[in-house]
Amino acid sequence: MVPVTYYLVLSAILFTIGVAAFIFKRNIITIFMSIELMLNAVNLSFVAFANMHHNLDGHIFVFFVMVVAAAEAAVGLAIIISVFRTRETLNVDRVNLLKL
Amino acid sequence: MMTNELQYLSILPELILTIFGMLIMVLDPLMADRASRKPMGWLAFVGTLAALGATFYQGTHPVAGTAFFGMVRTDAFSIFFHVVVIVIAALAILSSLDYLETQGIRSGEYYGLILLGTVGMGLLSSAMELVMLFIALEISSISTYILAGYRRRVAASAESSIKYFLLGSFATAFFLYGVALIYGATGSTNITAISQALHNNHISSLTYLALVLMFVGMGFKVAVTPFHVWTPDVYEGAPAPVVALMSTGPKAAAFALMLRVLFGSFGELSQWWLPLIWISAALSMTIGNVGALLQNNVKRMLAYSSIAHAGYLLVAFAAGQDMGIAAAIFYTATYAAMNVGAFAVVSHFASRGERYVSIDDYAGLGRRSPVLAITLTIFMLSLIGIPLTGGFFAKFYVFSAALKSNLVWLTIIGLVNSAIAAYYYLRLIVVMYMKEGDDSVTLVPVPVATAAALLIAAGLTIYLGVMPGGVLGYALLGAQDLMR
Repeated sequence: MVPVTYYLVLSAILFTIGVAAFIFKRNIITIFMSIELMLNAVNLSFVAFANMHHNLDGHIFVFFVMVVAAAEAAVGLAIIISVFRTRETLNVDRVNLLKL
Repeated sequence: MMTNELQYLSILPELILTIFGMLIMVLDPLMADRASRKPMGWLAFVGTLAALGATFYQGTHPVAGTAFFGMVRTDAFSIFFHVVVIVIAALAILSSLDYLETQGIRSGEYYGLILLGTVGMGLLSSAMELVMLFIALEISSISTYILAGYRRRVAASAESSIKYFLLGSFATAFFLYGVALIYGATGSTNITAISQALHNNHISSLTYLALVLMFVGMGFKVAVTPFHVWTPDVYEGAPAPVVALMSTGPKAAAFALMLRVLFGSFGELSQWWLPLIWISAALSMTIGNVGALLQNNVKRMLAYSSIAHAGYLLVAFAAGQDMGIAAAIFYTATYAAMNVGAFAVVSHFASRGERYVSIDDYAGLGRRSPVLAITLTIFMLSLIGIPLTGGFFAKFYVFSAALKSNLVWLTIIGLVNSAIAAYYYLRLIVVMYMKEGDDSVTLVPVPVATAAALLIAAGLTIYLGVMPGGVLGYALLGAQDLMR
């Protein structure tokens, strides 16, 4: 049997890749995908912990995270379309009307 | 365990808001395309009134306690925050009614989304389970993401929405990772069970990591430094009444979440998270106020001011104990009243296409529309913290709680910051009264709904400044319920 630590380390690596991609990628769709990666990394942790504790809370949490991620994707893509319609670009560096 | 019927009473305000929200979603497509959507707005307003009634029912009848297998708890704490977020939603709806007409937006879902977002905000204050907290947080966030982009044809609004969405989801992922780790460390996702587990067992390093990750997530949601960078951009681009809502409603709810998590679950580790809060509070106040000094756009200035106010609120967190928590709860209510009011003025004044949002546009308002100018002055004075307005007592309670907890330096930083803040709020007042106006800025008479919103907001601001006793007493009850 694979020890739980392996899963947790994998989950931490995936989460970090997600964070790095969020910061360094310039395309809005890719940034959005990196958020999904982060959420799925968290899901892996939940399942690993649920297995470790022998209770179902973690599994149930994963279902809710998946549902929320789907809702977020629906809204997120709609927002991306509205950005594309007004700016004709999906590069975050050029979506810069509001100065930081 | 309560009987089934009583369980439903504990989520009665949410049920009512959901029903009205759904009803609006269904009725909206039945209306003629070109018809004004004001009836939907009034329906939503009735919904908030009904939900407010339900909350008062909860307050006066013995429905207190946990329900749905410990998922939600109705107590003074949850009732207080329910009243705050529902009143915010009602005022936001009132100030949206004519704003949407002016901007030429014909959409009923707008009101539905406000109601459904309020469901999430309400649940955030009563949830006792991290699953529930997560879902509530997302309900309130996702609705506000959409609302921020409601001026669809305006590039700034779409940009504000995408920034809010991306950074908000990013923060959610952090919060969620924290939840996963604390679940791993304690084997539970229940607020009280976590607190007990931390009390009885050895605290593993996983717990500290979980706390930091959750703090990052919550910090983003309440916009405290160093997680505040999205605030000015999002507030500048989003429709003004939506900013009125999202700078107060989701923020108050997120502070409720923060109180629940930090004091409810991680109370054991308070020595450890205190420095985090301390630094964050000091930075938020300073960066918020200095940033606001440099702004010429009213919405942007109020965005920086909201960062500063989040900092003052964190001072109350750092003070801790019943008094500090009560001060924090009281502050969210006061801040909501004055900020919603200020943004209601801004949304009315902005006119078609939000043309007039720079401070110079307000020149001569004192002469051209004395009533509007006086109400805005009340809100500005309250944001400074002048006596006889709610802002004074809010700040007074926060800083006296901080002094009681020996946070002398934090109090000094806070007071210095209040003085800096006075400059930019007063600047707006000076521009309104002392500078000659430019008549090219068109001024339409205040419509009835907006006038009502302004009246209620100003009334509440002054009420909290003259007779804060009752509300503070209830906030104290809420604080005791939270610590129990």
